[in-house]
Amino acid sequence: MTVHHPTTPEDLERLFADAVGHGGKLELRGGGSKTAIGAARDAEIVDLRGFAGVADYDPPELVLTVRPGTPLADVERLVAEQGQMLAFEPFDHGPLFGQAPGTATIGGVVAAGTAGSGRLTAGGARDHLLGFTAVSGRGERFVAGGKVVKNVTGYDLPKLIAGSWGRLAAITELTLKVLPRPRVVRTMAIEGLGAEAAQAAMADAMGGPAEIAAAAHRPALDGRAAVTLFRVQGFAPSVEARCAALPHLLERHGRTVELPADEAAPLWTSIGRAGALADAETLWRVALPPSAAPGFVAAFDPLGGRWLLDWAGGLVWLGFDGDPALVRSTAEAAGGHAMLLRGPAELRDRVPMQHPRAAGVMALEERVRRAFDPAGIFETGRFLDHAHAH
Amino acid sequence: MTLKMPTPDEAVLARRAEIVAALRAIVSGEGVIDDADELRPYESDGLTAYRQPPMAVVLPETVDQVAAVLRWCHANGVRVVPRGAGTSLSGGALPLADAVLLGMARFNRILAIDYADRIAVVQPGVTNLAITRAVEEEGFYYAPDPSSQIACTIGGNVAENSGGVHCLKYGLTTNNVLGVELVTIEGEVLRLGGRHLDPAGLDLLGVVVGSEGLLGVVTEVTVRILPRPETARAALIGFPTVESAGQCVADVIAAGIIPAGMEMMDRPAIHAAEAFVQVGYPLDVEALLIVEMDGPAAECDHLVDEVARIADANGAVSLRVSNDDAERLAFWAGRKAAFPAVGRIAPDYYCMDGTIPRRRLPEVLRRMSELAAHHGLGVANVFHAGDGNLHPLILYDAHKPGDLERAEEFGNDILRLCVEVGGVLTGEHGVGVEKRDLMPAMFSDIDLKQQQRVKCAFDPASLLNPGKVFPTLHRCAELGRMHVHGGALPFPDLPRF
Repeated sequence: MTVHHPTTPEDLERLFADAVGHGGKLELRGGGSKTAIGAARDAEIVDLRGFAGVADYDPPELVLTVRPGTPLADVERLVAEQGQMLAFEPFDHGPLFGQAPGTATIGGVVAAGTAGSGRLTAGGARDHLLGFTAVSGRGERFVAGGKVVKNVTGYDLPKLIAGSWGRLAAITELTLKVLPRPRVVRTMAIEGLGAEAAQAAMADAMGGPAEIAAAAHRPALDGRAAVTLFRVQGFAPSVEARCAALPHLLERHGRTVELPADEAAPLWTSIGRAGALADAETLWRVALPPSAAPGFVAAFDPLGGRWLLDWAGGLVWLGFDGDPALVRSTAEAAGGHAMLLRGPAELRDRVPMQHPRAAGVMALEERVRRAFDPAGIFETGRFLDHAHAH
Repeated sequence: MTLKMPTPDEAVLARRAEIVAALRAIVSGEGVIDDADELRPYESDGLTAYRQPPMAVVLPETVDQVAAVLRWCHANGVRVVPRGAGTSLSGGALPLADAVLLGMARFNRILAIDYADRIAVVQPGVTNLAITRAVEEEGFYYAPDPSSQIACTIGGNVAENSGGVHCLKYGLTTNNVLGVELVTIEGEVLRLGGRHLDPAGLDLLGVVVGSEGLLGVVTEVTVRILPRPETARAALIGFPTVESAGQCVADVIAAGIIPAGMEMMDRPAIHAAEAFVQVGYPLDVEALLIVEMDGPAAECDHLVDEVARIADANGAVSLRVSNDDAERLAFWAGRKAAFPAVGRIAPDYYCMDGTIPRRRLPEVLRRMSELAAHHGLGVANVFHAGDGNLHPLILYDAHKPGDLERAEEFGNDILRLCVEVGGVLTGEHGVGVEKRDLMPAMFSDIDLKQQQRVKCAFDPASLLNPGKVFPTLHRCAELGRMHVHGGALPFPDLPRF
C-alpha cells in the first residue's frame, strides 16, 4: 500500500494533480483511528500528519488556528492550559477499534464530524469550525470561512467540510471556536429508569430552567443498575443552585442524587464513547428525534440488541449483530438515520456506513462532491453510496 | 444606482405577458402581481439605496406551487429572486428587471411544536418573533434575535444566517436550525436534516443556511427552541477610553464568562441615543458597555458582581447594575434605539457590518476616525463587543450630490480595514449586492470560484438570485473545467457585470 507523506500544500497540489492525471484514488488520513469504518478500498494513503502544530491561538478572541495532523490530545492539553475547551467534545475513536488511545488528530475528528455528550447543547464540529484552508480534489488551494467567531461572508463551506470524511478536500489549516472550560462540573443521576421513563426525565430536565449541559442514560449493564445522568456545569453558585433545584424538577421521575466525580466520569465515557458496548461486534450510531428513542430501542430489546442513549435520547448507540436492513428501516421510521460504525469486514463491504438518503439528496451530494473533486480522486469505494441510493 | 447588475435579457422582457400568464396558471387571483403601481412596494428591501421593480411578483401558497413556479422558470430560462419580508440590509432581495420575484409571505403558518423534542416546525414566512410568541406560554423561546425580529421571517433568517445581540452565547441561525424543506430551481422538493442532530451524509443544510437565496427556496424550517432563562441582569458601564472598554471585554471572556449580550457604543452613538430616549447614559465617557447575563438568579447575581469587579479594575468611571427588569430594559433602550437616534442627527445613515478580532478595536476606531475626516462624513459606532461584530453608522445626506457615493466609499474602506486586521466583510447582514464587489478583498479568485462551483451543483443555469454575493459571473460549464494551476488561466474571466 502506497503511503504519501506530504508536508506542504504544494505537495498536495502535485499529488492530487497526479491522481487526476492517471485516475488514481486517494484516501486522506490523519492518525488512522477510523480506518476500520466503511468498506474495504484500494487507494493510496495521504497521511496528513505532516501538517502539524498550532498556527495561532488567541484565547481572549476564542479562536484557535491549528494544522490538521496535530494530535487531538495535544490540542486539548493546549486549550485546557488556558482554561478553555473544544466544546463539541470530540473524542478519539481508536479505542472503539481496539487501538491504544492517542492516535486521533484534530483534522480527523473534524472531518468525521465527531462530537461527544456536550454536542446536545454546545453544538457539533460543524458549529465550531469557523474557517479553513484546504487543497481541493482539483489540486487547488483555497480558503473558506474566517478567523473570527461571527462571519456570514460567502457560503458556509466549513459546515460542508466538517463531517465530509475527506471526500471534498484536504484541510491544511483549520480555525476552531474555543470556549471557556466550566469552573465546576457536577453530575446528578436517577437510578432504575427504563428507556421511556429515562427519555421523559431527560426531556423534562432539558425543557426546564436547570440548564443541563448533557443528559445520557444507560440501562442495567455489567452488574450496575440503570442510570440516567444529568451534567450541570458553570460557575459554582449557579451550579449549586441548579443542582439543588433539579431533584424537585424531576420529582415525578424518581429520586435525583449527586454522583461523586470519580464515579460519574467513567459512566459518561462509557456512554458518550460507547465504551459500555466494547464487546458488541456490530455497533450502530443512530441520530433521531429524542422522543423516538424509546420506541427505537424497544424494537431491538427482544432481538438481543444492547443500547445506550446520549444527547437526551437524540443519539442511540446500538450493539446489534442482526439484520442491518432492520436497523436502517427502524431508524428511518423513527425520523432518524443509522451509521454503521463498527462491524465485521464482510458486513461493511455490503452495507454502506452512512444511512442512504433520498435519491434527490444523494444526487445533489454527488454534484457537490464533484464541485470539489471533479475527477473523483477521493471516491475510494469506502462509502458504497452509488449502489445504495433509494 | 452605482451598482452594476446582470444585464436584463431582452428576450425575456419581451415575453413578459406570456410569463405572467404562465404564473397565473400556477397561482391564481391576487397571487401574481404585474401592475406597475403594485410592484413598487417590492422594488427594494432594507437596503433602500437600490431600487428596481421586478418583472412580476408571484406569491405562492403551497409547496406544489413553489415547485411549479421554479420548474416553469427553469424550463423557460427565467431568473428568480426569492424574498421573505424584505428586511435585508445587504440587498439580498433586490429585484432584477427580467426576474420573477418569488415572495414567501403567504407561508405564514406554524406547523408543529414539540416541547419534548424542543423543536418547532414552521413555514418560512413566519416572523422570527412569532416563533417565540407561539412557545413562550410554555416557557420557551427561539434564541436568534436579529433587531428586525418583529418583521423579518425565518425563511429570510435561514437565507441570511441571521444573528442578533445574543449570538455569542446562543449562536446564529445555522446553530439553531435542524432541518429544512428546500425546493430546487428544477422544482425538486428535498428534505435536508430533520428533527435530529447531525446529517446522515454531507451537511447540505449547513451550506444552504446563509446562502442568500442562491441555492434553493426554503418552504419549511425546523428550529430548536430553548427554555427561557429564569432571569436576566445587565450592567451599564462607562469607560474613559475605548481601549479600557475593549480590555474589559477581553477580561470578561478571559474570566470564563460568556455573557448573553455584550454591546459597546462609542461617544457619538451614546450622545445620539441619550438625546433620543433619555435613559441616563453617561455623556462624559468615550465608550459605554452593556453586559447582560441570563440564567438562574444565582448565576446572574454572581456574574454581574464579577463583571463589575473586572470593570472596576479596568478603570470604569460609571457603573450601574440593573435591579429589576424595567431597569435592565432601560439600559437597552438607548442601544436598541441607536439607529433611529442616529437618524435624528443626520438626514441619512448607512449601517455597516464587519467583524474584527476584538483586540484590534482601538486601532480600527482610530483609523475609522481618520477615514471619516478623509471622506468628510461623520460616523457613530455600535458594536457587538463579545464577538467583534462592528456596526459603524455612516452619517450622510442623500439630497447632497455625491454624499451617497462618498458614504459608500467610506463604507467600503471600513470593510477593507476589517479584512486587513484579520476580520471579515460581514458578520450578520450578508453580502448581497452591498458587499459583492468587495469579496475579492477577502477571497482569491480560486476561493470564489470554489464557492461558485457549489452554486453550480444546486443551480447550473444560474437562475436563482443572480447578481448577489459573487462579483464575477462565471458560466458553470467553465467553472467545471480543470486547468493547470499556478499560472495564467486558460480562459479569460467573463466581464464584470
